[in-house]
Amino acid sequence: MGQISASMNGWVMTYALEIEGLVKSYGDGFQALKGIDLKVREGDFFALLGPNGAGKSTTLGIVSSLVNKTGGTVRVFGHDIDTALSRAKVNLGVVPQEFNFNQFEKVIDIVTTQAGYYGIPLKKARISAEKYLKKLGMWDKRDTPSRMLSGGMKRRLMIARALVHEPRLLILDEPTAGVDIELRRSMWQFLEEMNRQGTTIILTTHYLEEAEALCRNIAIIDHGEIIRHTSKRELLQQLSVETFVLDTEQPLERAPELSGFHCALNDDGALEAEVTKGQGLNALFIELENHGIKVMSMRTKANRLEELFVRMVEDNARVDAKTSEVKA
Amino acid sequence: MTAQALWTAFCTIVLREVRRFTRIWPQTLLPPAVTMTLYFIIFGNLIGARIGEMGGYDYMQFIVPGLIMMAVITNSYANVVSSFFSMKFQRSIEELLVSPVPNWTILLGYVVGGMARGLSIGLLVTLLSLAFTQLSIYNLPMVVITVILTSALFSLGGFINAMLATKFDDISIVPTFVLTPLTYLGGVFYSIDMLPAFWQGASMINPILYMVNGFRFGILGVSDVNPFVSLGMIMIFIVLLAAVALRMLARGKGIRH
Repeated sequence: MGQISASMNGWVMTYALEIEGLVKSYGDGFQALKGIDLKVREGDFFALLGPNGAGKSTTLGIVSSLVNKTGGTVRVFGHDIDTALSRAKVNLGVVPQEFNFNQFEKVIDIVTTQAGYYGIPLKKARISAEKYLKKLGMWDKRDTPSRMLSGGMKRRLMIARALVHEPRLLILDEPTAGVDIELRRSMWQFLEEMNRQGTTIILTTHYLEEAEALCRNIAIIDHGEIIRHTSKRELLQQLSVETFVLDTEQPLERAPELSGFHCALNDDGALEAEVTKGQGLNALFIELENHGIKVMSMRTKANRLEELFVRMVEDNARVDAKTSEVKA
Repeated sequence: MTAQALWTAFCTIVLREVRRFTRIWPQTLLPPAVTMTLYFIIFGNLIGARIGEMGGYDYMQFIVPGLIMMAVITNSYANVVSSFFSMKFQRSIEELLVSPVPNWTILLGYVVGGMARGLSIGLLVTLLSLAFTQLSIYNLPMVVITVILTSALFSLGGFINAMLATKFDDISIVPTFVLTPLTYLGGVFYSIDMLPAFWQGASMINPILYMVNGFRFGILGVSDVNPFVSLGMIMIFIVLLAAVALRMLARGKGIRH
């Protein structure tokens, strides 16, 4: 069965989510998902990345029963959503991208009502609601109508609501969109704590820094297809070039010609140097020293995952374009 | 879900509905009380005094059962259509869709929520009517069964309307252009004996006529139609509309992509 999907030398691998051949087509013929396969292990912190319209939200929508699938299978902790939907849903907590609670209800009512939908009696629901609202710093807002909350608080309310029935798998679709940096960091800490306590977490995000900081495994989806599905470590090892931005003591009129390094000046006049895998930063600094350039500070141009993500999506687009040309 | 968990989920939906219509009581409970009081004063007292008897009762007594039924019908329908559609509009319906509550429990919860408002207002209008006339109950079981089933039927109607609606205009079309005319032409204010033969026949295809007369029979003991035919028709419509509503929920009509 799905829950015990692999067994080697007595070691049993449990999957929180298994997706096989998932297809979603619309009436106009558009295929949002073209038969994707995805497996997320129990206890994992997993990121599903992709550009807008790639199929991330559609995938998560099917898993959480908000979107009807056209084909394929989905299992949550071994429970097939076609044959054991109720048991699959009990294991699942969902934090959607858009605010989707009643704007006129109080915070505490929204959370306890959600618990009631899972068959949790009101007394227990209040205890669970208090636990998560306190953890998320919302307890003093429990009697506030939800429409009066700030954007960040609304996001935290949706997280508390998704956790009130203690799901084993938490799905978050862009959980920190529009949230300031301080609050985003506190939400990361909260999610890491949930994950340490055993909750499997799947998130989609546009902040690749978020995926790099939190997740152990990553899938990249583009045009309804999974183009990579691997561990973050393996993915980052593929990053062959990293760009560093160097602020120099004296302004440079033009980029120096460093042996083995490609350099350019950016719009702010800072020096950008590309360092390929294996070159090392010492070699770069020796070259800069030889050219009499003193570096005052240094930073990476973009986070490593972001660079890799952009390259992969661009490569995929080039492959698509070539395929179209051949077909034409 | 276990039976206990299903019961908790059902009660949660019903209580949420009750909390909603009591929270906005100036929009839900007060208007029908004011409107019906005006009907009692103008049609019952002022105009009714000049009309005289109808069906063997003074005019005020004759119209009271119809007005109670009118309040029950419009409020049962309005509660479900506005509540469910606003959940769709705000997307808070997704709270229910991601949960393990089965479709039949969702439907039953909303229908009972609509009945709670319809029957509360029916009781309120009945109490108000006692300030204007005396009511004696001819057949209590008939009164109770008819009003409960009618409330359930129109709650189901409201649910289907909300499933089909895509904008706020869509939830007012049926109450304005279908329910109100059918209720006014359903023998609330007159006996169909007063109509020419053709219009008497035409009235017989109005389902609300059966409900109003079934209820009037329970209170006054007079009716333009066989009260048991009324009950039978209401039950057939309930089964049909429940089947349609469950089918729509299963297919996710208007609520799942």
